[in-house]
Amino acid sequence: MKLLAIETSALVCSAAVMEDETLIGEFTIQQKKTHSQMLMPMVEALREKLELDLSSLDAIAVAGGPGSFTGLRIGSATAKGLASALNIPVVHVPTVDALAYRLCGSAGLVCPLMDARREQTYTGIYAFEGNMMKKILPQCAIALPELAGRLNAEQSAVTFLGDGVPVFREKLDQLLAVSHSFAPAHLSRQSAASVAGLGMLYLREGRTETAAAHKPEYLRLSQAERVRAEQMQKENGAPDDADP
Amino acid sequence: MKDRTVMLAIETSCDETAAAVVVNGREVLSNIIDSQIDIHTLYGGVVPEIASRKHMEKIVPVTECALSAAGVALKDLDAVAVTYGPGLVGALLVGVAYAKALAFAAGLPLVGVHHIEGHISANYIEHPELTPPFLCLVVSGGHTHLVNVADYGKYEILGRTRDDAAGEAFDKVARAIGLGYPGGPKIEKAARDGDPEAFHFPRPGFGEGCFDFSFSGLKSAVLNTLNEYKMKGMAFSQADVAASFQAAVTEVLVSHAMEAVEKTGAKKFAIAGGVASNGVLRKAMEDACLEKGIAFYHPSPVLCTDNAAMIGAAGYYDFVAGKRAGMDLNAVPNLVLGCSEPLRRE
Repeated sequence: MKLLAIETSALVCSAAVMEDETLIGEFTIQQKKTHSQMLMPMVEALREKLELDLSSLDAIAVAGGPGSFTGLRIGSATAKGLASALNIPVVHVPTVDALAYRLCGSAGLVCPLMDARREQTYTGIYAFEGNMMKKILPQCAIALPELAGRLNAEQSAVTFLGDGVPVFREKLDQLLAVSHSFAPAHLSRQSAASVAGLGMLYLREGRTETAAAHKPEYLRLSQAERVRAEQMQKENGAPDDADP
Repeated sequence: MKDRTVMLAIETSCDETAAAVVVNGREVLSNIIDSQIDIHTLYGGVVPEIASRKHMEKIVPVTECALSAAGVALKDLDAVAVTYGPGLVGALLVGVAYAKALAFAAGLPLVGVHHIEGHISANYIEHPELTPPFLCLVVSGGHTHLVNVADYGKYEILGRTRDDAAGEAFDKVARAIGLGYPGGPKIEKAARDGDPEAFHFPRPGFGEGCFDFSFSGLKSAVLNTLNEYKMKGMAFSQADVAASFQAAVTEVLVSHAMEAVEKTGAKKFAIAGGVASNGVLRKAMEDACLEKGIAFYHPSPVLCTDNAAMIGAAGYYDFVAGKRAGMDLNAVPNLVLGCSEPLRRE
């Protein structure tokens, strides 16, 4: 089984090819240039350097969100284009799951942190039994105190990673009552290799979707939809107010 | 060069997800448009984030539909064309990323097309006799450009709006008089029962020899008039305001266009863009061209609105001129017409 994985959900732009158990190629870069200009040249370079026959691919794995809305769309639209032209399925890998999978095999809990703005983080809580990943808190957008409360209740050591670490580190040190550490730089950011690793598991389990059906998981409505929903709730009388 | 070039074209610059299959830039085998207008109407205008999300859901089915309606498969194609600007960046990115990946995986050359170039080229589809040079007025919700089409792919902008686009003014005035979104068709309909001379709104211009437009002053004049009526507690006729506003816009567009025809000595004149489907404007432009003794061209309404067939028409001429886009093609929201910087010659 061979798959091409792409990850453009945040600052990192990354593409990788995995063949069975082997990661045969990966490009990862984090700089200011837009993923739109970086991703396909990476894919093109992978094909060239690996002398990859595209028709040998079994699936396209993509970090499907949450993340930057624009970044997710570049990744998903690219995955759709590749998968529909090659007539192969898309494997949707949740971004936070793929981040956690970077620390596969950790003894304590693993907690990825992405800066979701609006005083929230895209996060989740994971534990590993050997190479098996268990989701204790599936990926979600929550405020830091809520996350800290969940972690304190688990009463277990935790390792954080992700681009949210520099943003939330100081506050976490204050809020946490459990022992915690932060992943080193080489393991701390998104990578297509990790998307490929989880993607390969999903592919074997048949957890795939068609190019047409695939869409990113934003975890959030657009601002216009949110404002409109709030207005409509006000007009119809908020259920919170109605309850005694 | 083969004598038959079959092109898949993709357009996602605003709120229509569109794909088409076009042969030699003129023969449309399919033209699929999925409009999001019903959703954006809830918000009184296009919401960029919602538009981008909808494009993501529709891009594959719309493209597959265009291919199957044309009776072709990817292997029958010679190239892929995609709009890369101007437009909403998030919306453009969906089409650009998808088209690049599709072209790459199918082993097809890719052409990046300017959206306005597409609108102008919509005229080629139903008028096989139309060839450059000609003048073209592009009027839509986002654009108001008076363009000299010197040759295929060679454009000189003679005038453009300095503030609101003509279609934008239609939307804003429609909202102010309670007609809602989208303004163009609603004003045209309301104006049918109105007196175009009931109000005299200004016809802004920048003097002889300057073909630029300004519609924000005209829009403000309408809003001021409405305010005056409100202050005096008087009711105004929606139909009269709509008709008078439409007459002012039409007069400005026609007078600028005909002045440009005189200055350039053009023998052919075309209109394009969403507002070009306005019947009053089309009739006035047609009459003015007739008076000048020059040929007048306009696309049918389905080709005036954002569509991908027009991108296939423009893309074909870019393709035969040897223009190709690389895999680093980006969406350029404020892309300038005639600027082919991100394109490469093979």
